[in-house]
Amino acid sequence: MSEVPAEYKYVATHEWARLEEDGSVTVGITDHAQNALGDVVYVELPEVGQQINAAEEAGVVESVKAASDIYGPITGTVIAINSVLDDEPEKVNQDPYGEGWFFKLEPDDLGELEELLDAEAYTEVCDEEEH
Amino acid sequence: MSNESAPQKTPLYDEHLTAGGRMVDFAGWLMPVNYGSQIEEHSAVRTAAGMFDVSHMTIIDVHGDDAEAFLRRLVANDVAKLSTWGALYGALLNESGGVLDDLIVYALPEGYRCVVNASTRAKVLNWFEQHKMPAMTFAQQPLVMIAVQGPEAINRLNACYPGSVPADLAPFNAAMFGQWMVGRTGYTGEDGVEIMLPAAQGISLWQDLRAAGVQPAGLGARDTLRLEAGLNLYGQDLDEQTSPLASNIAWTIAWSPDDRDFIGRRAIEPERGQCPMKLTGLIMKDKGVLRHGQVVTTSAGNGIITSGTFSPTLGFSIALARLPKAANGFCEVDIRGKTKAAEIVKPPFVRHGKNLVG
Repeated sequence: MSEVPAEYKYVATHEWARLEEDGSVTVGITDHAQNALGDVVYVELPEVGQQINAAEEAGVVESVKAASDIYGPITGTVIAINSVLDDEPEKVNQDPYGEGWFFKLEPDDLGELEELLDAEAYTEVCDEEEH
Repeated sequence: MSNESAPQKTPLYDEHLTAGGRMVDFAGWLMPVNYGSQIEEHSAVRTAAGMFDVSHMTIIDVHGDDAEAFLRRLVANDVAKLSTWGALYGALLNESGGVLDDLIVYALPEGYRCVVNASTRAKVLNWFEQHKMPAMTFAQQPLVMIAVQGPEAINRLNACYPGSVPADLAPFNAAMFGQWMVGRTGYTGEDGVEIMLPAAQGISLWQDLRAAGVQPAGLGARDTLRLEAGLNLYGQDLDEQTSPLASNIAWTIAWSPDDRDFIGRRAIEPERGQCPMKLTGLIMKDKGVLRHGQVVTTSAGNGIITSGTFSPTLGFSIALARLPKAANGFCEVDIRGKTKAAEIVKPPFVRHGKNLVG
């Protein structure tokens, strides 16, 4: 069973979004996603300052098995990227919700966050995919 | 009565679950793709010892006075050159010179043992039936097969089962250890053995090796290991539409004696030494992974990647690609719409853990 932290928000394309105290939003891929991908070998992150749009490609995560696009969960501007992943892409597998984070956004509209899936709804999405 | 459409399980299935195997359907068999991290399993084979359940592969024993003539007709390598317990790697060709399968043939005291792929089982059994000669029989053997590979593999085996791998067992030779047939062969580019044995003993062997610290390794690691070693995978690097001469296995074709008319000889002989395409290697040090089907552009013309992956030992992507014979130096690969530079190198990429391509 994959881990789905209760306090995060999710998208059906298997990204998670976490609202930080300073109003920024951290984005990564879920435990379900890293498990399906297998060993991650490269991560292509957006650039700081780049505009990300919801449901549009924001980067790429490449495992030995396959390359997978990462989608913006919400619209915003990239304010930080996790460059540790350049040398240690395995962090995505080892700690997808912690050290495996991809980028931080300054959101255009926090309301968009409310529209995302909660943990329960995302778990259902995963269960449906498995059948 | 078995359900034809449900995938089969090898006798080691429960062991895979116990070891945390993530199971997938491979050629109609439920096999472990990894047990957590294919990169860790790959490293275990390169640095210590790993083991693979390869019981899904097809073991066919051929007996009778016509057995040798039969295999000399069907296999493009020449089994007549084998002494008892020797083995060779070769290909089964069709009349057009395409590859039906690649296989290993062992010469037994009486007859031969052929190990062919899982995905080609029905096709090869039908082919044998179609070309069978009067004084021979052939039958699939329901044995477990475990490949134990790595610089420490033979030591671990001998520690658990003293004498199971004799010091004088040469590469591409086999020996019996009780009911086990132990062949010094493998698909990883490391030293090691492949053991064929009855199911109950196979389960015990697996458990004992696991307790001795040998790392279970799945299909994911199997693929990255073999590709680093420059070894072909049937269905990707070899197929029925393509000559062995364009597949880096020209060395397995035994042309002499001149009058050995093996199936496919007449189709490929005109191109002997002058095949317009070759199967060679690519490396790409930039970020990204080379993959099957990607188009390659070279100054000598275009080609295609037949097998690609990330090489855990080298830390960058490697591939086998079918290119025009004269292609060398740098080339370009279309990766998901972007053009990336790659370098043409002769495989293998890694041998006994060492980087051969810089």
